[in-house]
Formats: sequence, structure tokens, C-alpha cells
Amino acid sequence: MKPKVATVWLGGCSGCHMSFLDLDERLIELAEKMELVFSPIADIKEFPRDVDVTLVEGAVANVEHEEFAHIIRRNSRSVVSFGDCAVTGNVTAMRNAIDTEDVLHRSYVELADINPRIPREYPTIAELMPQARPLHEFITVDAYIHGCPPTAEQIWSAVSELLQGRMPALSHVYLRYG
Amino acid sequence: MSASTITISPVTRIEGHAKITIQVDAKGLVKDARFHVNEFRGFEKFCEGRLMWEMGGITSRICGICPTSHLITSAKAGDAILAVAVPQTAQKLRRLITLAQWIQSHALSFFHLSSPDFLLGWDADPATRNIFGLVAHDKEFARRGIRLRKFGQEIIEVLGSRRIHTPWAVAGGVREPFDPAQKQHLLGWIPEAKETAVIALDALKKIHLKLQGDIPNFGNFRSLFVGLVADDGALEYYDGALRIMDGAGNIIADKIDPTRYHEYFGEATEDWSYLKFPYYRPFGYPKGMYRVGPLARVNICDYIDTPMAEAERKLFKAIAGDAGAVNNSFYFHYARLIEILFAVEKVEALLNDPDILGTNVRAKASINQPRGVGACEAPRGTLFHEYEVNSDGILEKVNLVIATAQNNLAMNRTVRQLAMQYLDGTKVTEGILNRIEAGIRCFDPCLSCSTHAIGAMALHLQVVDEEHRLLWDVRR
Repeated sequence: MKPKVATVWLGGCSGCHMSFLDLDERLIELAEKMELVFSPIADIKEFPRDVDVTLVEGAVANVEHEEFAHIIRRNSRSVVSFGDCAVTGNVTAMRNAIDTEDVLHRSYVELADINPRIPREYPTIAELMPQARPLHEFITVDAYIHGCPPTAEQIWSAVSELLQGRMPALSHVYLRYG
Repeated sequence: MSASTITISPVTRIEGHAKITIQVDAKGLVKDARFHVNEFRGFEKFCEGRLMWEMGGITSRICGICPTSHLITSAKAGDAILAVAVPQTAQKLRRLITLAQWIQSHALSFFHLSSPDFLLGWDADPATRNIFGLVAHDKEFARRGIRLRKFGQEIIEVLGSRRIHTPWAVAGGVREPFDPAQKQHLLGWIPEAKETAVIALDALKKIHLKLQGDIPNFGNFRSLFVGLVADDGALEYYDGALRIMDGAGNIIADKIDPTRYHEYFGEATEDWSYLKFPYYRPFGYPKGMYRVGPLARVNICDYIDTPMAEAERKLFKAIAGDAGAVNNSFYFHYARLIEILFAVEKVEALLNDPDILGTNVRAKASINQPRGVGACEAPRGTLFHEYEVNSDGILEKVNLVIATAQNNLAMNRTVRQLAMQYLDGTKVTEGILNRIEAGIRCFDPCLSCSTHAIGAMALHLQVVDEEHRLLWDVRR
């Protein structure tokens, strides 16, 4: 049985997923070594049970992210904070010092000329949390991959370890932010 | 049967997360369908108080797919605030990185995200409809797509020292000149990249024949088209002036200075989406619906100044026939591949241009203007950054008008058209729902740019009749 891998994208820019795609031809090799069971670049809509490794990009920024974080934890043997937004909150957390209403007001009231108002059709859209926070504040995280985004080399090194059932160590070579 | 709502969540294989809801009445007829974008990060507010010089680094983090487009647009807004003339070498190098961004982003859209629908089929097992499924189905085709994206990313890395979130372009120019040692290496890619673009075009033409039954429903309606064109009407990606064309192919406004964008375009808000709805002011909301991106650009330009892409553009124009403009959103895919070919040809020309080897790449000045607007053609359409600064260069106001948002009205219209066409009240299958999602994929929306979202709920649809008997049950 090939290890089952999921990748998830919470509050972030998708740069970590793009860096994953920067594995280039190594993706072809990976296709033989793992099964991608859930990902923004794949079509399964329900997070599966029994996932071996889940890489989570992005901070926890709204109520759906928080719910989803718990689903991920329940169904994954290992959860990895994938990139600086998951690890620290990073750019997604730059709004944290400002009142959420003021942040929303700028975009949807000041910068709109028709129907200026803050979108609030919950839960069709997700309500923002007052602050975007790192993943480990909500669930237990087993490993961290730093970087904004992590380089393809970092990802290759970490994923190679994970696929063999080992936790990637925080090597000083890869312990950098930004 | 009772009225109900079908939810597709998350919409997958797009660059971002979104939901589609489809309202079905008691007779099972589709009343409405909406495309919802579900998250918000607040750049327009939290950038206030930052230094103008930081904006390239911050705004590239809006989006991991087109960070380079944000970087360049931010640098252009900075050029206006410094009121400097950017050295010619820097202008050409910025053009080079913008083309690289088109190549990698368009390759991602076609090969990694959309081609699984075309080559594996709408109704293929959802577990295989992705890039890994494509590898298993046709390794050579997948490898070509992966390598074409790699080519774009390598140009970005050569210029900017990293592939994603490079801070290389700055107000007044770029940080580092081009390393001449890399010229032959990059030129070595050109034959393969051209060949891959041609193979992709051939594949799309075969797909086009195969999908004749579906294509008429893929967001087929008249709208305005908006984008930048060069002074002589050529396809443009870095500079130029705005042109607006109607769905009959008439140019209704031309040579508009992009710094005056808000005189022409307004933005509406709806309660049910974090993605705003830009519209063309003279036509009002929502009549002022317009499309941007590859379909718009190839429609509005008078010609393309590279031979292979120009030959394809003529074939593209023939599709419009008497209609004047190509109005079917399916042809976003065609226009995107034409633009890959153009970008590869143009990269070749720029690499052979001795001007790119200059070392004067940055004009320095302090703050000379209180306001600056940058505009450029990102892969998905025209991107605007507007900054207001104080005399120290600290930002007081920021407005970002993102390409994907400008397609919002048209994406909603497309979803509605597909839902009404395929859902007739008697059946709903996974393959049908995938076709509706594929309508969105034509636009290649980059929702991380616009706001970015996730929908964590699975798709599970049950429609029951008045006696609560199960009529439909679809799950994935």
C-alpha cells in the first residue's frame, strides 16, 4: 500500500502548494510512491479517513478553518505545518493588530460604490476569526516545514522522510523564515 | 419534491477555494446558481502604515501563483510615486519576468488543472482527475506540462534568485541585472517550450471536436472585454493603454490611461461572497459585466507581434465569424495556449536582445508624488495597484483591483448557464457537477489573489420529495 497523502490550504496564498509543484519532474516519481487522496489540486471533496500524512498550508483565519483543522487531526496519522503561515501566522496574521470590522470596512464599504456593506451571509461564506493564528494553537502538529514558501528542496527532503514513516527533523539548513 | 439547494464545495482544481450553490425549485428546475468566494485577508487595510518599499514583498504574498505580477505592478506604482524614468534594461527585464509568469501560470492552468477533465473525461473517477492521474494516463504529456511550467519558473529564478515571492523588482527598476552566463541555458529551453505549446494546441483542437455537445454551454454570452493593448494595437502584457470592446467586437473605448481606471470601473459588494463585483461604470451594475484575461486580450488586440502566435490568433478570430468577438468562455483555454506560444516566442526575442545585458537597472529618487497607480496584464487579466503615500513614503491608502474579481459577474453567469443546461430536475451526477466546476476552470480564477477561500464541507447532495423519499443522492 502506498502512503496516503493529503494537502490542505487554509488562510494563505497557495505559494507553498506552488512550491510543492516546483518539485517538477520529481512529481512523476512521487506519483509512484504515494497516493494523493485530498488536495486543492485534486477532486475529492470529503476529507478521507486514514490519511497517513497531511500537509497544511495557511493560518487558521476563519471558523471553517478551525472546524476543518479538527477534521484533519482526527483523520491523519501525521499533521505537518507546511510553510510560515501555518507555522507562525505570517502574512495572513498581518491584520491581527486591527479590528476585524475595520479591515472588512475598508474593502467592502470604502472601496465599493454599489451595495457598500460587509458580506455576512454565514455560513455560505465563513465568518472571520478576530485574529489569524498558527495551526498548532488549535491542534497537535507533528512536524514543521518553514519558509515563505519552503523551497522545493526543503519539501522534497521533508516528504521523503515522511513517506518512510519518519518525522523530518528541524535541520538548521532549512530552519529559516521568509 | 421540495425546493432545495445543491452545494459544490470546495470547487477544486482552481487556484483557490470556493463554493457553488444551485437553487432548485419544487419542480426540480434551477432557479439560480451562485459562485461564492469564502475568505478574506485584508491587504487593503493592513498595508496602511507600511513603507511603500515593502509593498513588492508584501503584495507578492497575495498570491503564490502570480506573485511576480503583483511584484511588477507594485514596482510600477512605485515608479509613479518616485516619478522616475525606469532604465530601458530594467524595463525589458521586467517584461521578461512578466512573460515567464504567463508561461508558468498558463501551463499550470492547462496541464495541471484543466487537462485531467479533457484527457481523462468529465465523468472519470474523481480520485484520478488530477495531475497524478494524468501522469498515470499519459506520462509524456504530463511531463511536458510539468517542464513547461518549470521553464517559466526557471526564468523567474534566474532573474529574481527564487521562484516564488522574489523581491527583485523595485520602484525605479530592478535590484539585479541579468547574469549573461544564463542566456544560453535559457535559450536552450526554447525549442522544447515551443514544441510543447504546439502539442497543447493540437490536443485542445482534438478536445474541441470531442466536446462539441458541451462547448455551447460553457459561459456562452456577450459581455464587454477589457485589457491593455500596445500603442499600435498589438497584444500587450506589461504596459500600454486600456481598450474596451463589446460582445459584437466593437471598440467602445480606447487608449485609456490605466491610471484613470476608477473613472471607468466601479466595484459592487454582495452579501454572499468575499469577492467583489467590478463593473464598467457607463453601463451600470450588473449590466456593465466584463471579462478580462486571455479571452479578452486575444479578442481586443489588432495583432500579435510574433509569427506563430499571430497565425493562431487568426484561427481564433475565425471562430468569432460574423459575431465580431469570441464570446464563449470555453475559448479562454484556446486564448491561454496562444498566449503561451506568444510568451515563448517573445522570451526568445528578449533573450537575444543585447539591451537586457545592460547594468544600469535602477533609477533612484525619493518620494516625488503623493499617489501612484501601477497596471499590468497578469495571467488572468488587468491588475491595478494604487498607493497614496505621505512625504516619507508611508502608505496612507491602498487599493488593489485584481484580475479574477473582474471576471466575477461573468463567472456567476457561467455557473448559472451550466446549471440550467445540465440540471433538469430528474438527474444529477458527479460528472454533471464536474462540468459546472469546469465552467469556472475556464476562467482559471486565482482566488488567493482576490481574497482566497476554503470550503471544508464535502459535497453531499440529497433531494427529497414531499414525503421525504430520497430522489437524488450524490456524494463525493
